Amino acid sequence: MLRFVLRRLALMVPVLVGLSILLFAWLRALPGDPARSLLGQRATPEGIARVNEAYGFNEPIVQQYFTYVGALLSGDFGSSIKDGRSVLESFIERFPATIELGVTALILAVVIGVPMGYLAATHQGRFLDTFVISGSLLGVVTPVFFLAILLKLVFADWLGWLPTSLRQDPRIDATHPTNFYILDGLITREWDAMYDAGLHLILPAIALGTIPLAIIVRITRASVSEVLNEDYVRTAESKGLSRRIVSRRHVLRNALLPVVTTIGLQAGLLFSGAVLTETVFAFNGIGQYLFDAISSRDYPVLQGFILFIAIIYALINLVVDVAYGVIDPRVRVS
Amino acid sequence: MTLSRGRSLATVAMVTSALILSGCAESDRDEGSGGEDAGGSSTFVFAGSAEPGALDPVYVNDGESFRVARQMYEGLVGTVPGTADPAPLLAKDWTVSEDGLTYDFTLETGVKFHDATDFNAEAVCANFDRWYNLPESAQTDDLTYYYSVIFRGFATGPRADAALYESCTADGEDKATIKLTEPFAGFVPAMSLPAFSMQSPAALEKYQDDAAADPRTTEYSTARPTGTGPFTLGSWERGKQVTLEANPDYWGEKAKVDEAIVVAIEDPKARATALMNGEIDGFDLVGPADIEPLEEAGFQIVNRDAFNVLYLGFNQKTEPLDDVKVRQAIAYAIDKQEIADASLPAGTTLAKIFMPDLVNGYTEDVETYDYDPEKAKQLLEEAGAAGATIEFNYPTDVSRPYMPSPEDTFNVVRSQLEAVGLKIEPVADVWDPDYLDKIQGTPAHGIHLLGWTGDYNDSDNFVGVFFGAETAEWGFTNEKLFSDLAQAKGIPTPEEAKPVYEQINKDIMEFLPGVPLAHPVPSLGFAENVKGYEASPVQDEVWNVVSVE
Repeated sequence: MLRFVLRRLALMVPVLVGLSILLFAWLRALPGDPARSLLGQRATPEGIARVNEAYGFNEPIVQQYFTYVGALLSGDFGSSIKDGRSVLESFIERFPATIELGVTALILAVVIGVPMGYLAATHQGRFLDTFVISGSLLGVVTPVFFLAILLKLVFADWLGWLPTSLRQDPRIDATHPTNFYILDGLITREWDAMYDAGLHLILPAIALGTIPLAIIVRITRASVSEVLNEDYVRTAESKGLSRRIVSRRHVLRNALLPVVTTIGLQAGLLFSGAVLTETVFAFNGIGQYLFDAISSRDYPVLQGFILFIAIIYALINLVVDVAYGVIDPRVRVS
Repeated sequence: MTLSRGRSLATVAMVTSALILSGCAESDRDEGSGGEDAGGSSTFVFAGSAEPGALDPVYVNDGESFRVARQMYEGLVGTVPGTADPAPLLAKDWTVSEDGLTYDFTLETGVKFHDATDFNAEAVCANFDRWYNLPESAQTDDLTYYYSVIFRGFATGPRADAALYESCTADGEDKATIKLTEPFAGFVPAMSLPAFSMQSPAALEKYQDDAAADPRTTEYSTARPTGTGPFTLGSWERGKQVTLEANPDYWGEKAKVDEAIVVAIEDPKARATALMNGEIDGFDLVGPADIEPLEEAGFQIVNRDAFNVLYLGFNQKTEPLDDVKVRQAIAYAIDKQEIADASLPAGTTLAKIFMPDLVNGYTEDVETYDYDPEKAKQLLEEAGAAGATIEFNYPTDVSRPYMPSPEDTFNVVRSQLEAVGLKIEPVADVWDPDYLDKIQGTPAHGIHLLGWTGDYNDSDNFVGVFFGAETAEWGFTNEKLFSDLAQAKGIPTPEEAKPVYEQINKDIMEFLPGVPLAHPVPSLGFAENVKGYEASPVQDEVWNVVSVE
């Protein structure tokens, strides 16, 4: 097991190096230059020239790359062109927001998706199954930002039940030791702040979690129905075991394996979905910052954030693979 | 690790109810902070479109950073409420010498900075000298755009010879004399810009580092802004909000609210929804589609007088736009009223020249090319350009105060031009950076929609910026116009400059490098219980007069 983990970690290094080169070149191949984006309408040729000079954009690209890598190796991930802040600092500051949102969305997707998939599998061919299948199809094809706007319209404009922007009511003066707002509420026992943060999480989490929900429903359904047809299930049933015990001991445990794997892959979906969801809900996480960085061609931010996300994604999948081996004794990673 | 459906559902139900119940439990924090309660403490929550870049106004050049700066800092000069005209602020009074090179400011007395140090003539000179002596690393446009534009050069660096500032002398506590190297009529109005706010020299000395690799991230620029304004900085939680506290020692009218909070919500529709939902008390840049719904729901829409111009620009490097008859034809083909009705907010005024009426040098005594499609067709025939194909560039993915719905404006103009027989080739680009890059950085465009919001009351800030030299946007060389504008820039006082700019505006409309379309009216939205907000065409909006009932 340890060897497996170490080998996977070692493999990450060349992948990240390759990714950094790709990112570096590809970002600069995009049309539009950061100097003009920085200065906007007030750009003059001289102004742009001065900015390019100051940021070293006039140097040959290979030299720029080595300057960048040199800084990386000493732990300096560069600073945003737009606001001068350290890329690493900005990431750490905004990371909890996106994690909180992503985890909530994932929990929603699992807590609703698994039971629904199970129900669909056990009522195959009947109305419930059809309903779940079409519902999940709708969930997969609806773009996140459209769903977000729709949710806002219904729950805020029409019903007025839920807040639509930001992570917290600005009027609440809360302390945030960890920047995970729900956790902070628990630590500082500021219950009204925690409750308010929870309310602000609901709509974005629903918007973000809908696609993972739909996918989990389908995979659970497929997996459960496959297991239900296995010999050992029929054996257990014919032995006279109650349906509840059969489902608990045999069906679900085996059927959930593919779902666990999917969760690792969902992390990627959640990050990319977060970019749009956070922007629509003004939810100040990594996604929103990335969205702004793209339009302003903020190379250091884009390079740094995408690299960090790639690292996190690889680590999540590593954890999932290890967990898989722990859950299922038949699968031992050697 | 078996999962019983029933058990997991029960767990979820328990956790949820626990959360809901705990929401009703007593908080461990003390009451009375934030929100409204009987004790009379009140908070004003305002949503802008982005976070400020930094809290030192020397190093920023965007509206959101200035919005926050205006609450904490003041300059020598302010504006007459609701106009762009200079008014006394930290300077009670000023006189200009005949040659326009010496400005004597008489200062307010008894004013203190937020760190309790005195505001006086010495502090004024410390500020002017600081800007002039900024190191070369701080002289790029992304950092010190406004100083570069107004003062043209620093003590060091490649533009040192062009520097407008010569010296500042303090005479006692309340008299400061600024000497310029050349006359400049726009000097006093320019001093109302937040970039030229008076900052505490003591605080700057202690917390600021102008030679830092990035002076926007120093302690001063992120946590210790020290001005003389009606609000002090409570805290800046990056990515969350800026909290401003009322300054109890403010020398002027003290703030009516205890706290002002600025949050950033990028999408205009999201801002409108947040206002309707009670999450905020007010916001800027109301999207055109949100104005009516907000008004119908009982919210207040406050308009700023237009200090901008929306225009259709011509690139004279692209044929047949180099022929003045073709340009005139296009001008005659345009029905500005239809454009305003179809794509611009209520209250928009139609434009006759390339500056709004609040600017010095405004005149309506110009060639106006009133809507006349027959004349347009005739001119096109004469120019041999009937049925010509014209590339029409417009931006997507943007809403500017002077151009709230570019696609709608484009569609109206296109149909008007096609009605006189021209063939339009539409070219759409994303605003940032593609459109700006194309229009302002390359000659590869035809006619285009663009505009400008003025920063301060000076004609050069409009027509000088557009037509002062050859640019990729307009693609023409008109030596007379260039030299007229250069000369006008050096006129000592606004009174003397007025007739000169009036003539220049006449000449511009003869030459017709583009068609000024309208001066759209930007709007702010407020909750019903917000009173006293004074809109300013140059966004000189200080919130000490605002109350939330």
